[in-house]
Amino acid sequence: MPKKNKPIYLDHSATTPVDKAVLKTMPPYFTKNYGNPSSLHSFGQTASAAVSQARENIAEILNCAPKEIIFTSGATEADNLAIFGVVSALRKNNPAKPHIITSSIEHPAVLEPVNRLEAEGAEVTYLPVNAKGAVSLEKFKEAIKDSTVFISIMYVNSEVGAIQPISEMGKIIERINRERAGRNNKNRIYFHTDAVQALNFLNCGVEYLKVDLLSLSGHKIYGPKGVGALFARSGTPMLGVQLGGHHEKNLRSGTLNVPGIVGLGHAIKFCAKNREKNNKLILKLRNEFIAGIKKRIPDVIVNTDINNATPSHANLSFVGAEGEAILIALDIEGVAVSTGSACASASLKASPVLLAMGVKEEIAHSAIRFTLGKYNTAAEIRRVLKILPPLVKKLRQMAPK
Amino acid sequence: MQYSKKVIEHFRNPHNQGRIKNADAVGQVGNIACGDIMKIYLKIKDNVIKDIKFETLGCAAAISVSSALTDMAKGKTLEQALAITKDSIVKDLGGLPPVKVHCSMLGVEALHQAIEKYNNKI
Repeated sequence: MPKKNKPIYLDHSATTPVDKAVLKTMPPYFTKNYGNPSSLHSFGQTASAAVSQARENIAEILNCAPKEIIFTSGATEADNLAIFGVVSALRKNNPAKPHIITSSIEHPAVLEPVNRLEAEGAEVTYLPVNAKGAVSLEKFKEAIKDSTVFISIMYVNSEVGAIQPISEMGKIIERINRERAGRNNKNRIYFHTDAVQALNFLNCGVEYLKVDLLSLSGHKIYGPKGVGALFARSGTPMLGVQLGGHHEKNLRSGTLNVPGIVGLGHAIKFCAKNREKNNKLILKLRNEFIAGIKKRIPDVIVNTDINNATPSHANLSFVGAEGEAILIALDIEGVAVSTGSACASASLKASPVLLAMGVKEEIAHSAIRFTLGKYNTAAEIRRVLKILPPLVKKLRQMAPK
Repeated sequence: MQYSKKVIEHFRNPHNQGRIKNADAVGQVGNIACGDIMKIYLKIKDNVIKDIKFETLGCAAAISVSSALTDMAKGKTLEQALAITKDSIVKDLGGLPPVKVHCSMLGVEALHQAIEKYNNKI
């Protein structure tokens, strides 16, 4: 591909580059301190100490106890463990049909396990979202009934960046749980949030959010891929899903990914430390970008509600041009983005998130998701603002009128 | 990238892109909701496709298919043009990702529709 300039990465919701300061901490745990943390000898104990340190780092950021952190292979596994682990434990003690609440814009890592539970006889409510991509607290409250035992709502939607009112939901659930205890209803609601897209930008303290379970991932916060964690509040009933050598208090068997865990531990520390600084920088770039696009390209629809979204997200529809074609044309120019178009998905269906927001199909097909990160610069944004307008114009001209 | 070099070449610089004023026949398939629309314009003389142009709203594959198809059909008799298959387009493009093969079908359908309309007219 002919490229004079360095490629520009605007797909940080998909994954982030590993921060060099994070990367630096990992190599010793491949070659020197390579022990299995379950081993009793000094090799094992060195590795085990590194895992404990990472657990403490995460616990500090989430404002929880280190023992409440379960390491996993990533957020998909953390979501699966939260959903299957808790619901199967609840069903073991109470054979009644459980009611589960989630939203229609969850990541497949939540929706697929919930769909499975539904097929196995659970009752599920999929909450709709408004045009801005947020679950309404009214609808949330209305959906809760006496048989509700598990709720999973994502903190930030990955496609449009919409922030969900998790701490308000947490308060509602806390009140209901207290009221249930008062009238001797033994059912308690367990509240899970997938915070993968939130950790870079928002307060993920579990007391603030009032959640019982929270999933996170390393590679979305400038850490390594293949590692994540689940916070599970002490006392939350849970059965392991991946069974084996009794690691992680028998909730997640499998030899721990020590270098990955070390990387995750550092990544989360840096991410919390630099949160405000990065948020400010990214927000400024994102807003300049949206303003620049609107000035240079007609008929652009902003799908991201910039008043209630993470600073990274700009989901824009270029009506009259197809999203996948825009993505490929941008890629040829060295700019990496995502699209909500059906043509980019294996299912050939337009983004379910945009459709759930009530976006028309033809507008969803022309949606491009730009997600900015901490290494993006004003010069990069200026370059994209130069590259994009002629490219959209060309594609629009090719389309039948 | 998932696309062959040839697909990208056609996408970057599509051949026969545009409209024909006073076309002898026009074919259009797809719809805006599914995201793909292909429109084929034909200029026909003595049963031969003298000129052909396309307009496409769709993904990179749809645009490349339109471009390759118009190259293949230009100068052909109507019978020869009707014999163009989706497989020959896919082959000409050096392959397409499996989920994109339906785009080549759309191209064939648009061309067939235009030729049928022409045949019904005369």
